[in-house]
Amino acid sequence: MTLATVPAQHAPAGSRAALSARGLSKSFGNFQAVNDVDIDVHHGRIHALIGPNGAGKSTVFNLLTKFLQPTAGKIMLGETDITRMDPAHIARLGVARSFQISATFGDMSLVDNVCVALQRPNGLAVQFWRPLGSLSRLRPRAMELLGRVGLADMAARRAADLSYGRKRALEIATTLALDPKVLLLDEPLAGMGQEDVETMAGLIADVARDCALLMVEHNIKVVADIGHDITVLQRGEILTQGSYAEVSADPRVREAYMGAEDDD
Amino acid sequence: MIVAEDYETVADSRRSHPAQRVLVLALIGVLLLLPLWVYPVLLMKLMCFALFASAFNLLLGYGGLLSFGHAAFFGGAAYVTAHALKVWEINPEFAILTGVGAALGLGLVIGLLAVRRQGIYFAMVTLALSQMFYFFCLQAPFTHGEDGIQGFSRGKLFGIVDLADSTTLYYFVAAMFVASLFAIWRIVHSPFGMILQAVRENEQRAISLGYSVQRYKLGAFVMSAGFAGLAGSLKALLFQFATLTDVNWHMSGEVILMTLLGGIGSIAGPIVGAGLVVTLQNHLATSGFPVTTVLGATFIVCVLLFRRGIVGELRHRLPAWRRK
Ligand SMILES: Nc1ncnc2c1ncn2[C@@H]1O[C@H](COP(=O)(O)OP(=O)(O)OP(=O)(O)O)[C@@H](O)[C@H]1O
Ligand SMILES: [Mg+2]
Repeated sequence: MTLATVPAQHAPAGSRAALSARGLSKSFGNFQAVNDVDIDVHHGRIHALIGPNGAGKSTVFNLLTKFLQPTAGKIMLGETDITRMDPAHIARLGVARSFQISATFGDMSLVDNVCVALQRPNGLAVQFWRPLGSLSRLRPRAMELLGRVGLADMAARRAADLSYGRKRALEIATTLALDPKVLLLDEPLAGMGQEDVETMAGLIADVARDCALLMVEHNIKVVADIGHDITVLQRGEILTQGSYAEVSADPRVREAYMGAEDDD
Repeated sequence: MIVAEDYETVADSRRSHPAQRVLVLALIGVLLLLPLWVYPVLLMKLMCFALFASAFNLLLGYGGLLSFGHAAFFGGAAYVTAHALKVWEINPEFAILTGVGAALGLGLVIGLLAVRRQGIYFAMVTLALSQMFYFFCLQAPFTHGEDGIQGFSRGKLFGIVDLADSTTLYYFVAAMFVASLFAIWRIVHSPFGMILQAVRENEQRAISLGYSVQRYKLGAFVMSAGFAGLAGSLKALLFQFATLTDVNWHMSGEVILMTLLGGIGSIAGPIVGAGLVVTLQNHLATSGFPVTTVLGATFIVCVLLFRRGIVGELRHRLPAWRRK
């Protein structure tokens, strides 16, 4: 892999995290899906959230972006307490996310998918009296973003007709259109071929230079290559946190992972 | 499998083409000449229902929201317009504006309560609230209960043009009809319309892009209510009559039927559907056939044969249509 290996250093001590949560918990009825999770995502760093299936990773994502309301805990976006905010508001504050099950506008072309993301930041979302031509100034930027994820040559295709891996790429282009301060990607590389995995991992590493990035990823090689901070989740609780070297040395992590991989 | 021409269709499906413009101009020409051959009152009735169905389609076809209470806006505006003409004796243009205003206000109230719910719950809230409105109309003195509001003159448009003449009225209704369809087309093909379709396609994704989806739904709901109200006002003006049938839930069902028959999500679909239903009703009314049974059977056959509606199915099957 051509990616630069990440220096095994910790986040600068004392620097405020772009996104942080304390005591984050969520129960569905009697089932405790997430229990007392503390997490910090720093600007310019990639934080990888890993753990076996059903550990609660996606639930943590939904809590952080407020698609689910936590039963306990506090979420801070920089200086702002976002624990009680609605998800659209949080998105407007600069938190972009992808979904584990690709969320695209299926009946729209790829370029329109990205254009929709660009409309709000460019103040072109509520005008019901203006023609669609008024959106054409967003197209060059949309095409550029599609080019960045390698989809420029299929810009006119329907999103629903894309392969699974390409939908993931489209999702990344869509989230990048928001120019996010914090980016959360839920299994962004799932369903991609080996070659695409490398390109996309490189892109993610590149994007993370300008934002705080949290990602769920099952591909341990990628996590080792581009992840700065790693949190291992198991049954809704944090098993351990630290750099890849620290985390991978922990016998409990190996055990949790081996257990999970046997299931697959 | 995707064929090459699909790429263009997808990219440009929301933009108008020269061929489309010619077609639209030709249809407007036909509309102008039609009263020479067809009874103008029937044509005007058709236009009222076609506009009603188009308003409904703005919400269902483009917003993905199924309302079961659109009769409230249609019939409510009809009452207000009739009342304004009969009791206040204001000019027809103001009577229509008042009717539309009432529909917009009612749409705002019902919409605010309904857009918080999704899917079938949305439909149930609109049904429940429109039934409440029905009972209000049943009790309120100004609607005159079972008798309805009748026996008023259409008045003079802008105080000059007498609408008693059915040809004059025809051109007025036709102008309102064409202008409304253009407005609906513009709304659908606007920046707002794009977001509305995005919300329909994937609500979660739209939220994650920072769109407060309920506001977009509410916007579409109120606009749809306004156009439904205009259709009702024009109908009251046309028949000089406003009754409980227009606020009844049957009317909400009828507009769903028209829209689904013609096909949702295109401008032509609801017009074709309304044309079919109104023509059928007109023929059956004199034939002694049970209207509801025949309409129900037509609906079932259409749903089984063309799931996309008549226009939707044509567009799907004829490649020439798709490139337009
Ligand atoms: N809305 C919900 N209601 C009830 N249980 C839920 C809900 N969402 C998630 N769960 C449960 O919470 C647990 C954690 O789910 P989650 O999707 O967060 O896991 P995950 O770590 O993302 O797993 P995967 O690797 O499979 O994506 C699972 O047992 C799941 O069944
Ligand atoms: Mg998950």
